[in-house]
Amino acid sequence: MSTTRAIDASPDTGDPRRARPDPARAQRPPRRTWRQALRRDWQLYSLAILPLLFFVIFRYLPMIGNVIAFRKFQPGGSVLGEEWVGLRYVKMFLNDPSFWQVFTNTVVIGALTLLFCFPTPIVLALLINELRGRKIKRFVQSVSYLPHFLSMVIVAGLVMEMLSVDGPVNQLLRAAGNEPVAFLQEAGWFRTIYVSSEMWQTVGWGTIIYLAALTTIDEQLYEAARIDGASRWRQIWHVTLPGIRPTAMTLLILNIGTFMAVGFEKILLLYNPLTYPTADVISTYLYRMGIVSNSFSYAAAIGLFEAVIGLALVMSANLISRRTVGTSLW
Amino acid sequence: MVTVDRTRGYRVFRVVNTIILTAVVVVTLYPFVNIVARSLSDEFAIRAGKVNLVPVGFTFRTYEFVASDPTFWTNYRNTVVYTVVATAIAMVMTTCYAYVLSKKHLKGRTFLIGIAVFTMFFTGGLIPNYILISSLGLKDSIWAIVLPNAISVFNLLVMKAFFEGLPVELEEAAAIDGMNTYGILFRIVLPLSKAVLATMVLFYAVSFWNSWFAAFLYMSQNDLFPVTVYLRNLIAGATTGTSVGADATDMTVATNIKSVTMVLTVIPILVVYPFVQRYFVKGVMLGAVKG
Repeated sequence: MSTTRAIDASPDTGDPRRARPDPARAQRPPRRTWRQALRRDWQLYSLAILPLLFFVIFRYLPMIGNVIAFRKFQPGGSVLGEEWVGLRYVKMFLNDPSFWQVFTNTVVIGALTLLFCFPTPIVLALLINELRGRKIKRFVQSVSYLPHFLSMVIVAGLVMEMLSVDGPVNQLLRAAGNEPVAFLQEAGWFRTIYVSSEMWQTVGWGTIIYLAALTTIDEQLYEAARIDGASRWRQIWHVTLPGIRPTAMTLLILNIGTFMAVGFEKILLLYNPLTYPTADVISTYLYRMGIVSNSFSYAAAIGLFEAVIGLALVMSANLISRRTVGTSLW
Repeated sequence: MVTVDRTRGYRVFRVVNTIILTAVVVVTLYPFVNIVARSLSDEFAIRAGKVNLVPVGFTFRTYEFVASDPTFWTNYRNTVVYTVVATAIAMVMTTCYAYVLSKKHLKGRTFLIGIAVFTMFFTGGLIPNYILISSLGLKDSIWAIVLPNAISVFNLLVMKAFFEGLPVELEEAAAIDGMNTYGILFRIVLPLSKAVLATMVLFYAVSFWNSWFAAFLYMSQNDLFPVTVYLRNLIAGATTGTSVGADATDMTVATNIKSVTMVLTVIPILVVYPFVQRYFVKGVMLGAVKG
């Protein structure tokens, strides 16, 4: 149970149990003025100086830097651009057919990833949970976590080798009497490759949280269900799944929030001009526009658009989740 | 329980379950075995599509070839240096801030937490970051990799949760004995936090070891690259056909070299993995739902 205690100790997790009054908060000392607080805790505040500088410089300055989406920027000129141009760059990408192409690709790849990579860890966790031997259970878990620790470059390399004309997949095709397929050169295959390699890399790691949630389900609930004559399936449906629902909801919110930020690094490593029609997404498009072609303002406008949609998605998913199932991130 | 376990349906389920999980294990490990087999195989056998799980025409020649490239070793050393420096700096920054955030009485605490958490959901984006790093003059230096990633908010929240769970009495006693905040942090809190510190070091080290995009974006000289960028250039060259030599022998050597470089890059992770894996799992549990 020590793990659940650690979860509860954090005041703003999505855990519904946080509604319980926090004893430390109840005995909070009376409000102080800033002068008193600084005199008392200056040493603590001093520890926060460098981290705060980090956040201001490397997180908040780039947010301000987004003004170049509305200003004409010239490489080598002012960091914040030369002159206001209003919504020129926004209009530009809204009228750019390539933008709508990559927008669609982003939504499709994001949706497919959500559809396949969100539920599979739940299923795998339930299956692993049914294993009896402790050792075999641990072995399956260890193996399934492994791909999570690989560099994206390695993952892309493995995908390429597996799918190369002389690789195992094409060996199988050839053995079955088919012509070999140059999978990575064909736009029609890209999404399948993307989603299945994503599943390969993330499914095992995704089970950790669910396996932890499964251990916290009260054994008495299962006993009560059995006394009521519930079959194994009904126990899973009525006890196990409701038990992991808060966890699943929180992860779903997070996944929806990162929906638009589909694996930029992996796509950058795996795509090529032949697969652009299905593979090119907003982030890779703005990378090529900005870094490769030096249209910084145009790319920044697209980036800002993406970030705002991302924020809106998390906030609305959070709101819907709070209204419907009572779980939320904040 | 006993009666349910003995039903026919459940026995069938257990057989199916075993088959599915065996398949999961096989599919997960298959690419690794394939890559090792390729790295030890004769280049013509690979080209002919004969190499699957067992090396064909066993040879160490490709390993010797890759090992004789000084750039490979320079880049490997860079990866080690970047990882060590970046992890050390990230640990100091994260520990300090997490400790501050764990103090519930602190005025302005909510604001300090908010500053960090907001960046999880909204970021400046690629282009402004690129302009920032360029105009700070950090390009082509280790700091372009280290500084922008000095705090991972996820790790920060994991540590904060851990510090909050420590008993306050010890710290109060030390304060009464006249120890100042720094003393309490270094002599009381950190020795009690070895488990979480180890986990955090591993989280950071793995992410820096694996990172490639920052170096790819901000570095333009071969001798500054980490080994991941070395590998990415090999892979990209081979797929677009730009850096592959004209005759067939060169091409096959390139395939071979890719496999060997991948094996050599992944080996440190595979060697350490079995021993440290449980710390990672612990870390995720501590951070729990807090993606």
